[in-house]
Amino acid sequence: MTALIELERISRTFTTPDGPIRAVDSVSLALEAGEAICIVGESGCGKTTTGRLLSGLIRPTGGRLLYEGKDVWLTKGADLARFRRAVQLVHQDPYSSLNPTRTVFQTLSAPLFRHKKARSGRQALAVVTELLQRVDLTPPEYFLTKYPHQLSGGQRQRVAIARALTVDPTVIVADEAVSMVDVSIRISLLNLLLGLRSEFGVTIVLITHDLAVARYFARSGRIGVMYLGRVVELARTESLVGDPAHPYSAALIAAIPEADPEITRTKKRVELRSAEIPSLLALPPGCTFHPRCPLFEAGLCDALVPELLPIPEQREVACHVAVRERAGEPAAATA
Amino acid sequence: MRGLSIDYLTRRGAVHAVRDVSFDLEKSETLAIIGESGSGKTTLAVGLIRLSPRGTKVTKGEILYTKDGVTSDVRKLDDDDLREYRWAECAMVFQAALNSFNPVITIWEQFLDTARAHGMAGKRRVRDRAGELLDLVHLDARRVLPAFQHELSGGMKQRVLIALALMLEPQLVILDEPTTALDILTQRSIIDLLRQLRQRLGFSMIFISHDLSLAAELADRMITMYAGRVVEHAKVEDMFYRPRHPYSLGLLRAVPRVSGALGNITSIPGSPPDLIRLPVGCSYAPRCPFAIDACREADPPLLAVDTPQHEAACIRWRHVAEVLRSDADVPVAEKLA
Amino acid sequence: MTIAIYARPTLGQRVAGPFVASVEFLRLLSKRPVGFAGFIGCVFFLFLAFVAPLFVPLKNDPSLAEIYQTPSLAHPLGTDFQGKDVLNQIVYGGRDILTIAILAAFFSTTIAITFGSIAATVGGRVDAAIVAITDVILTVPQLVLLIAVAAILRPTSFLFLAVILALLQWSSLLRQIRSQVLSLKERDYVEAARSLDLGLPHIIFREMLPSMRSYIAIHFILAMTQAMYAQVGIIILGLVPISGTNWGIMLYFAQGQGALFFRDSLWYILSPILAIVLVQLSLVSFASGLEEIFNPRLRGA
Repeated sequence: MTALIELERISRTFTTPDGPIRAVDSVSLALEAGEAICIVGESGCGKTTTGRLLSGLIRPTGGRLLYEGKDVWLTKGADLARFRRAVQLVHQDPYSSLNPTRTVFQTLSAPLFRHKKARSGRQALAVVTELLQRVDLTPPEYFLTKYPHQLSGGQRQRVAIARALTVDPTVIVADEAVSMVDVSIRISLLNLLLGLRSEFGVTIVLITHDLAVARYFARSGRIGVMYLGRVVELARTESLVGDPAHPYSAALIAAIPEADPEITRTKKRVELRSAEIPSLLALPPGCTFHPRCPLFEAGLCDALVPELLPIPEQREVACHVAVRERAGEPAAATA
Repeated sequence: MRGLSIDYLTRRGAVHAVRDVSFDLEKSETLAIIGESGSGKTTLAVGLIRLSPRGTKVTKGEILYTKDGVTSDVRKLDDDDLREYRWAECAMVFQAALNSFNPVITIWEQFLDTARAHGMAGKRRVRDRAGELLDLVHLDARRVLPAFQHELSGGMKQRVLIALALMLEPQLVILDEPTTALDILTQRSIIDLLRQLRQRLGFSMIFISHDLSLAAELADRMITMYAGRVVEHAKVEDMFYRPRHPYSLGLLRAVPRVSGALGNITSIPGSPPDLIRLPVGCSYAPRCPFAIDACREADPPLLAVDTPQHEAACIRWRHVAEVLRSDADVPVAEKLA
Repeated sequence: MTIAIYARPTLGQRVAGPFVASVEFLRLLSKRPVGFAGFIGCVFFLFLAFVAPLFVPLKNDPSLAEIYQTPSLAHPLGTDFQGKDVLNQIVYGGRDILTIAILAAFFSTTIAITFGSIAATVGGRVDAAIVAITDVILTVPQLVLLIAVAAILRPTSFLFLAVILALLQWSSLLRQIRSQVLSLKERDYVEAARSLDLGLPHIIFREMLPSMRSYIAIHFILAMTQAMYAQVGIIILGLVPISGTNWGIMLYFAQGQGALFFRDSLWYILSPILAIVLVQLSLVSFASGLEEIFNPRLRGA
């Protein structure tokens, strides 16, 4: 089955006065229609840039972005416009994602008029009302005339999602879309996104630094862990969380403070060799994680860059040691 | 703290940010104050050391601080005593992510300024002390002191703020969102650091956060705040496994975890109330699945539940206990699954 | 149909909407004495220049017997060198000047908005070129350039004059608009608009420009004052054909006819000067009041 949208060894390098920064380095990711996937990583790992590459908001400096099998940056005109509408990004900051000078109705109706999904005010009203109901902003009439500053963070994010839905996208990239929202309503926003997936088959890509959120969201999907611009592990969520293959994933999972005193005070940590995160301007040779990695093997890890390779149970990992140890495992071994 | 109430004065009316908050903190105890946006927790924290901005009024209440057997009301301290109280007795660690540093001076100058402001004289003495403190927080003084704030990472900045707070060996350290906006591994190192420091130096800690896991890691006792009031006050294990207030319950159910079973996770519907025009009765009632008519009549007082050290501001706490079914040390989400 | 009432404004609401907004605006303005005074002044002079002439007949007949009379009941501001009533001339004299000022302000604002937005959104060489031209115009002394242009081109129609005046004024607003657009371009909601394929005109005019309303309004008013000065300047210098009566022309004649030297003719010179100065003052005060209203921080509690 061809993937709906695919990143093929995509890279993005930024030139700065201090030198080139490879924010995203040769990332390959194929997404099916209706998939829920999370991209997880700490700050500086390239996940936001990957999200923007996926939505076509920035051009890659290497590799290709394929949508329905075609290279997006080689298409023009109507095809490119179609792609742009098909992949929508929901921003992190609810306070800047909506135009402060326009009401909710104005913001949501503009794309409808533009793309001829509504030809009159009355039609637009009907469609906008339905959209607001779909994102659980009820009663819809109440919200139509509101300006962004009159809404809470969570409500604004819902409007942003509704805005994305006006053009019937096939992929929604949510870039830390719940990080700036109150804890008690994060789950409902995530459920909303998951609902879009189950009802309309929209592929949702959630970018986050919070592994607990990632686990909840992608519990029947996959998680990709990124470190310094590369994907180091890509696996089904329960496999990753139960039995992380890459030492970085293991360190992350072990380090997360949990909302449960019993578990969190007795959790076993993974000790890393160094707490320093290398600068993107001076990446270590070979595997970029090697200075901190507990599985480090001299001569191998500092010499050769590990590729993202498949290991049993439909997973991929970019670690020489992990691949070697697991590639020979029988297919029945998982937690 | 006894019955503290703080109002913000705005054009629209007085915002009752903190309403009648009381708690006791023992020596070497750690208290976590957990609340979301609009709960009043930061106003409370800032009020504790009287750093409240203009336009804020403490309408009533006392903050009693006891040292060497002498109890004084912080609110009534004069300027000199207040300066001594601040930092030497009680220091505050601000959120590193929120521009807590002066961007045009180096970290060393920051140390110097703080030392001077609190009567520590002699550059050499300050230099030595700074070296000691940075060592305590696992930072290399040679690298950090000459740097400017933008040259340091979030984690490093937070450590520097902790070091600064410990300068005069305070008995009480207040931390405002110490791990927010930090990466997972950095958060972990800060939490471990705080644990270590507490063990070594024996200070009491109050930290304010929206992050429940922080409380789970470090706190002995915990308070949940909603709309400016304390809604539940308990030992940490009691709060996490046997909450009695619907808001605490809702909050615990709304936080997903990485380890263990997922359980029944769900959000709290609705939004926090307008703090200027609060509804009559329990301010959580509009969002509460257990609310009955009696709840909307009067603000419920803090009632002792289970044990005297566990209080909840809910008249239906027994019902909450029943819903949870079990009293075991198992997370709430799993109990409800 | 409760839905309709909320979202699609009824005719009553449509009319009420701008009305309510205006009342609110006036309320805010009334709290600022300077701005409010300026507003009243502007309204007064607009009325004087455009409405009054509809009611007051033009008295254009010279009357040698009444040269340079001092103010009296028949002639509240005295008479000029031809015996014509000064007040009458003041009433009729505002129309041309104000019309040209408004036109010039309008043209310069339009040029600034158009090219400022284009420069910021297109970038690259187009941007560099536009900025270079703007900088040149900004540094050239305006009045000198204006005199030169007027002397060479000898504008005969008002429209032409307005266009020339406009051409010299767009530079500062263009800079402002350009820098605002450059910064707004990076906002999340603008990025969303691009990704929703809403089109460049929509993005500029519906997403970005509304936040610049305040600069534009204030610039418009100040451009009017500059245009007035410039007009009067070149009229006095005799670079524009003399026809009709306007305050500038009154000054031209007053000066030419030696009104400076007669005590009795004081009002002939003073009146147009006062008129011009008062209009300028009103405009500037109004602009200052607007600035306070638009800037919430200056608004205070």
